[in-house]
This record gives sequence, C-alpha cells and structure tokens, in this order.
Amino acid sequence: CAGFTGLAVSPAFADVDATAKAVAAFGGGQEPGTGKITLTAPEIAENGNTVPISVSVESAMEGDDLVESVAIFADGNPNPEVAIFHFTPLSGEASATTRMRLAKTQNVVAVARMKDGSVFVDKKEVKVTIGGCGG
Amino acid sequence: MATPKPRIKLPKTADKGEVIVIKTLISHTMESGQRKDKEGKLIPRQIINKFSCEFNGQPVFSCDLEPAISANPYFEFSAKVMEAGTFKFTWVDDDGSVYTDEQPIKVN
Repeated sequence: CAGFTGLAVSPAFADVDATAKAVAAFGGGQEPGTGKITLTAPEIAENGNTVPISVSVESAMEGDDLVESVAIFADGNPNPEVAIFHFTPLSGEASATTRMRLAKTQNVVAVARMKDGSVFVDKKEVKVTIGGCGG
Repeated sequence: MATPKPRIKLPKTADKGEVIVIKTLISHTMESGQRKDKEGKLIPRQIINKFSCEFNGQPVFSCDLEPAISANPYFEFSAKVMEAGTFKFTWVDDDGSVYTDEQPIKVN
C-alpha cells in the first residue's frame, strides 16, 4: 500500500446506479431471481486490501442446468467490476473463491447467468475498517 | 517486479467422477492504476487480467480479473475428474506476459 500519499485526492467512485446498470447489462436485461445463488463474504473486513469472497450456485452442471458465468460487482469501489467466473460441465460445481479489494464499506453483488438465460443475484454488505488502497 | 511464481494445490489422485477442489495463487502486485507515487503521479495499471484452467485441452474454469482483485490473486474452484490427465493453468498479464503451470492427476 502506498500509505497516505494517495488518499488526499479521492477518485471517482462507482455508485449504486452504475452497479445496477452493470448488473443489468451482465444479466441481459433479465429480472434476476434470488435463492439459487449464495455469496459468502465477511460482515466486517478489517483490511480492505484482501477480502475473501465465495460464490456458489445450485446447479447440476449438466445439459441445460448449467451455470455459464458469475460476475462480482462492488458498488463503492472506483469501478463496479471485480471479476467474472466462467464455468463448464468439467467444473463439476459452480463455486469459486477469490480475494478482493474494497475501498470502503459497501455492497458486494454476485450475479449468475444460466445457460437457459435465467439470472440470479445475491448481495452482501461488507463493513470495511481500513480501505483497500485505491482498490 | 520479480517474475510471478504460480502455486497450485490439488490432489494427486481422484476417483472417477469425483469433484475435486483446486487452489491456485500467483505472486503479482496487481497494480490497480488508482495509486499514486511519491510525486503524485498515477502508477500505471498492471494486473493479471485472465486466469484459466484446462484439463487435457478442455476448458474447466476461467476468470476475467479487474483491478479490484487483491494482490497475489488467489482462486479456489472445483473440477470434475473423469480420466487421468493434466491440468494446465494460465495467467495473462496486462503487459502480454503469459505464466503457465501444469499438474498431473491419476484416477483410481
């Protein structure tokens, strides 16, 4: 981390609207459902530089019951996009874990797009004690 | 920056049809392009923007990374093993560098 030098100028942060637009674009305009997708994130992250997040989607991962991709967004970072996971039948399960940067307390959103075009969403608020530097 | 070093963790053997967990980590600063140096100049973005895992040439899992992914990007995901073979892991850097690693697996 660069320390405090970079903190004097605050960058333009993504807002809730930009994130909603990004979610809608990823979902191809489909109204997202809930329940099938689970996003796991800590309630409180002491260090915003490395916040573990996991996503898991119920699916047989065969035939038409296949999760094609899952996108992660964060509505309080400079840009809402975090990552897009791409799954295949060889994945066996539609689940993945990574570590992300959170600039401040905000919502993390996970959106799953299925092969049949349906879209599912889950959202978790993460309270950040020390923001991820410029992340 | 030192050459990124990949680290992979997966079982040496699996039962046919078993879903195994694969953990990968690669050393990389993931410079976000948001930070400033001591003179106040923006440090240019340099991240790993793509990670993929293939098994015997078939795609298993991949990820598009944005600057919001932490330094030393870590991924944990699963793979269904139907036959013995080799997992190939590929990381693509913003500067065009490609880092790869391979791990074999046997089927009981």
